Amino acid sequence: MARLIRMDHTGHTTLAEWTAEDSAAVERAHSAFRAQLEAGFYAVVTEGEGHARQVRELPLDAELVILRRPIAGG
Amino acid sequence: MTGAALPETAAVYWRPRVDARAIAVRGRTWTATTVAHVVPFLATAVLLFALEPLTFPVGLIAIVHAWAIPELYAKRGANVLSPRRRASEGPERVAAGLLGDLVGHDARALHARTGLVTERGALGVWLVGEAGAVLVGAGGRRVHCWCVGVPDGDLPSGDRIAHLLLALREDEQGFATVANLAFSGARWRLRRRLAPRARPALDEAGVLARRSTPTV
Repeated sequence: MARLIRMDHTGHTTLAEWTAEDSAAVERAHSAFRAQLEAGFYAVVTEGEGHARQVRELPLDAELVILRRPIAGG
Repeated sequence: MTGAALPETAAVYWRPRVDARAIAVRGRTWTATTVAHVVPFLATAVLLFALEPLTFPVGLIAIVHAWAIPELYAKRGANVLSPRRRASEGPERVAAGLLGDLVGHDARALHARTGLVTERGALGVWLVGEAGAVLVGAGGRRVHCWCVGVPDGDLPSGDRIAHLLLALREDEQGFATVANLAFSGARWRLRRRLAPRARPALDEAGVLARRSTPTV
């Protein structure tokens, strides 16, 4: 089961879960993904230690998609 | 570690992209600036004493200034690894779990002990905290402290680190471009100004940097 999570004040919130065979769940995941990107979050897929990739479309084959806020110099 | 450019670099479009050479140049410039601050105070103390030994109290004040300026710079660097206000226990536990899933066993154990996470990169070994990251360069002797964070005061500490870790993994050079350099200098100078809990993490990053062949 793939997951779309958002890092927030609760630690993280699971916004959607899907399998490629469940089209309704995939559509809900797409919808949640787009809404979070419009809200200013960036979506990241981890690719093992030391590697991560920003995605602008929901990668259905990823196990975990993490939504993060923009960082800024302090 | 490097793929597409970190999107946050668009917010600092006027900055040249930071690479290994730029970091090395900035490190040397930082050292030269520190020397330029310190030497006049020391020279003043020596000159005053040579002209009139009774001026030694003024000379002592100048020497204190010469000592304090590098220490203040090092303290500024240490601040990037200072912990921030903690959230309640539940969110902190959840965030630490997610962070633990993102890193290997050794980094997870180090985080449990020190609240900091190490990450090997092309530029060196990074030590990531809640308010920034320290890059330990070639040989583990020199450090570059970068002040950068996620502007959300409600996030648990693990999530703060995870934000920086993910951005670092997306684009290491972009990460250094977005961040502000807070200190560059000897690792031992930074270590003295760190909280005792954080020192083993810097030591570990130094060991990893000595084993690897970074470009800075």
